[in-house]
Amino acid sequence: MSLDPTRYGDLALILLPELVLTGWALIVLLFVAWRHETARDLRITGWLTFAGFVATAGAVWWLWWRVAHAAGLAGMIAVDDFRWACDWIFLGAAALTVLLSFRYLEREQLLAPEYYVLLIFATLGMMIMAGGADLMVIFLGLELMSIAVYVLAGFDRRRARSAEAAIKYFLLGAFASGFLLYGIALVYGATGTTNIVLIGVQLGFAGRPGVMLLAGLALLLVGFAFKVAAVPFHAWAPDVYDGAPTPVTAFMATGVKAAAFAALFRVLLEGFAPLDVWRHIVWWLALVTMIGGNLLALGQRSVKRMLAYSSVAHAGYLLVAVAAEGTAAFLVYLAAYTLMTLGAFAVLAAKGREGESEVTIDDLSGLGGQRPWLAFAMAVCMLSLLGFPATAGFIGKWYILLAATQAGENLLAAALVVTSVVSAGYYLPVIMAMYMKPESSEAAHVDVRLGRTAAVAVALMTAGILILGVWPNRLFDLARTAGDSVRPANTLSAPPSGARPGN
Amino acid sequence: MYERWALTALLVWPLVAGLGVMVLPAPRARAAALVASLVEFAISAPLWWTFVPDGGMQFLADYAWIPAWGIRYTVGVDGISLFMVLLTTFLMPLSVLGSWNIPRRQPAFFGLLLILTTGMIGVFVSLDLFLFYVMWEVMLIPMYFIIGVWGGDNRLYAAIKFFIYTMFGSLLMLVAILALYTAAGRATGTYSFAYTHLLSQATQPGPTAWWLFGAFFLAFAIKVPLFPFHTWLPDAHVEAPTAGSVILAGILLKMGTYGFLRFALPLFPGVALHETVQFAIVALSLVGIIYGGLVAMVQPDFKKLIAYSSVSHLGFVMLGIWALTLQSVQGALLVMINHGISTGALFFLVGMIYERRHSRMIDAYGGIARVVPLFAAILTVVSLSSIGLPGTNGFVGEFLVLLGAFRHYPVATAIATTGVIIAAAYLLWALQRIIFNPLTDPENERLTDLTPRELLVLVPLLACIVWIGVYPKPFLRRMEPAARALIEQVRPAPLP
Repeated sequence: MSLDPTRYGDLALILLPELVLTGWALIVLLFVAWRHETARDLRITGWLTFAGFVATAGAVWWLWWRVAHAAGLAGMIAVDDFRWACDWIFLGAAALTVLLSFRYLEREQLLAPEYYVLLIFATLGMMIMAGGADLMVIFLGLELMSIAVYVLAGFDRRRARSAEAAIKYFLLGAFASGFLLYGIALVYGATGTTNIVLIGVQLGFAGRPGVMLLAGLALLLVGFAFKVAAVPFHAWAPDVYDGAPTPVTAFMATGVKAAAFAALFRVLLEGFAPLDVWRHIVWWLALVTMIGGNLLALGQRSVKRMLAYSSVAHAGYLLVAVAAEGTAAFLVYLAAYTLMTLGAFAVLAAKGREGESEVTIDDLSGLGGQRPWLAFAMAVCMLSLLGFPATAGFIGKWYILLAATQAGENLLAAALVVTSVVSAGYYLPVIMAMYMKPESSEAAHVDVRLGRTAAVAVALMTAGILILGVWPNRLFDLARTAGDSVRPANTLSAPPSGARPGN
Repeated sequence: MYERWALTALLVWPLVAGLGVMVLPAPRARAAALVASLVEFAISAPLWWTFVPDGGMQFLADYAWIPAWGIRYTVGVDGISLFMVLLTTFLMPLSVLGSWNIPRRQPAFFGLLLILTTGMIGVFVSLDLFLFYVMWEVMLIPMYFIIGVWGGDNRLYAAIKFFIYTMFGSLLMLVAILALYTAAGRATGTYSFAYTHLLSQATQPGPTAWWLFGAFFLAFAIKVPLFPFHTWLPDAHVEAPTAGSVILAGILLKMGTYGFLRFALPLFPGVALHETVQFAIVALSLVGIIYGGLVAMVQPDFKKLIAYSSVSHLGFVMLGIWALTLQSVQGALLVMINHGISTGALFFLVGMIYERRHSRMIDAYGGIARVVPLFAAILTVVSLSSIGLPGTNGFVGEFLVLLGAFRHYPVATAIATTGVIIAAAYLLWALQRIIFNPLTDPENERLTDLTPRELLVLVPLLACIVWIGVYPKPFLRRMEPAARALIEQVRPAPLP
């Protein structure tokens, strides 16, 4: 299905998922204006939001299945499989976050349905980021997402920690946005365009890059590195992740990070492909992020902070995929990472109590004996994060390693596995506490409740991790087709073919 | 029919049975586990008769698994892996029976034991390097839990040490496997993890081959364990519950030596036979033999003594493999089997006496031969077989290793021979202090002798000790063609 962005009808189809979600956001907003008093209203809003994500995912699926592609090259919005694949990951993360939030919001007395509206807008921003074929569109998406997430981070306004997280995130995020915008301006100054494909064409013709272009690229990278929490731009992550309400943390660690990576991928691989500088920078970023994230996570006693640093470490693994230009590996890892991180945070949210006193690793002692299924889910997530065979995390890591060795980055591959061994030092203690240490008291885990919807979500994620770990073929086919659709302009060819959902 | 499904059934059955046992109520779980492991042994037993010594790889099954990467489910056994599979299925029912009264969470324990079986057999039968790697790692988890949940006082430390050591080695092997796969794919255009495919691309030493061999070496050397990498072993063996120690010593250590035989040697013959590498590995094996024996001698803890004796025995295996003559490789394979039987029996015996007296210290005992004559008799026989007394299995294996190795490394063989003497010293001395000497501690006077269940565990092991000691021909006949093929593959010169 060829779509011409200059015709309004086709443009509406190109933007169909975004339009569906925007419309839905308005409906939910309208509903919230009338009904925002009771826990029941909150639940209805939650289900409404969930349905919105499902509907949007359906729209994405339809476009994907119909092999939508744009006529002409230099549109503002990309129409390719990479965008659809990323959209699915964002929508999946958002929908699972909704399922996790039901009980959490009631327990913490956060009876404000606007929470769900913000979640929708943040997701919308992510989708725009993944679809942006123009630096300005990416920036718009980034801001839409970021502002919604700033508010979400401080949503528990009665707690000082949450407020601190929000303000910290807002200030540093604003800085990062500033860097990004300045970078865009400099790149525009050097190339005369903000369109990613045209930048790629320009750079292909130009000889040595000028100072302005390099400065612009550097600022762009700094901006993105902030958003994905790569070392040395990670300092905000642990505090913000720690202070935000746990479902929001889960959403930030998966969706926000995924969106920033998706945009980064497109900008570097399509726009700056002819330039070699960024490869060196990303190489070093990946190395220090893997080392730094894993070493810092080792010393953490709080599970939430540990997971925050672990998400920094995983940003490092994803950067290896960027350095190796393994788009398919990146998508597979992202899917796996989303499942396992959301799963771990879900269990953590269930263990927390009202007012959210810090949950340390020792607080999980004896969970395996008292709540075997919950402990099993957590153990699967930990092993998957560790990259253990028969889990999705292993498949993802294996794919990144494969991409790295095929790109000749053996050193990066070796660094990845060595730092993975280090990560055993903080994932295993969680399993150890759950199964091998006695509980502190008989009643240590009686008040641990997932809630029905969250239980379904956790079961789905655990099953997903195990199934993808053993039978990843379908995911590979989709990821490979989607990955191939992101490439520099000079290698673009006829409409794509390959695997899609539904055939 | 049996040809095609035997190995797959061996892999699937314990996994399914293990998951089933986990959800059974405690009193029935152990019985179900015993039945399941006996069924597993029954499935594997016909392998012994239907195996054709000259038939190369047999019982092959081959299906596409992840075609995008050229990953297949390929399993098969030859004269090297056959015995490892049989040893595994043979030791499993005994381990279940030996841990009949394990305290706490019996269903989980027996379930994990069965799942562990799948992993171990998977390692020995995989002919696809991806499958091999998955099995190699998957087996870690049940063992980690068995040590960490049912182990001794220091179990958490031992469990995590065991896990991280093994994982470190195996992840580097993962990178090496990937590099091998990429190189073979570039050279031939076929991207595949199949063992035969990668084997056909085995090249002469270049700088890459050295690195890759190093990664494989590290993974396997940690598992064996070769001398400087052995420090996880005493902790894990001592802290693990009896069945855990038996399986660790009996089977898990063999995965390292099996890895050398199956992968490290044939894939990198040029590096493995390089003079420096040969010298280094033979030297490390000798250090292991002597050092393991000497450290065993001074252990006050009988279980730790046996753990260190493993380091010494596995040194013989490494020496036999690297000498690469027909006798020495056959001897090494036989030592691998013997060590599983004798050391397994020793760990069972320690576990049995520990259950009665709650002490593993040698000086807590003394003169108990008068109180528990049956126990004392069996301990003596097993110890003698571990030392390598002629007429027992231990003699045949170590004698063949020394005989075969003498041609290439006369000096090293002479040094290794002293290892046998040291083994006699530490085991006989321990024997003297435990079952002979005067009976001083009144607590030991109330010890009860072996129960019928415990005899049932030990008698099959004793039978094997005598069988291999007196008539090892059925074993040697089955392993000879495979050993010969390995040597021809690695050392292309004609055999004398």
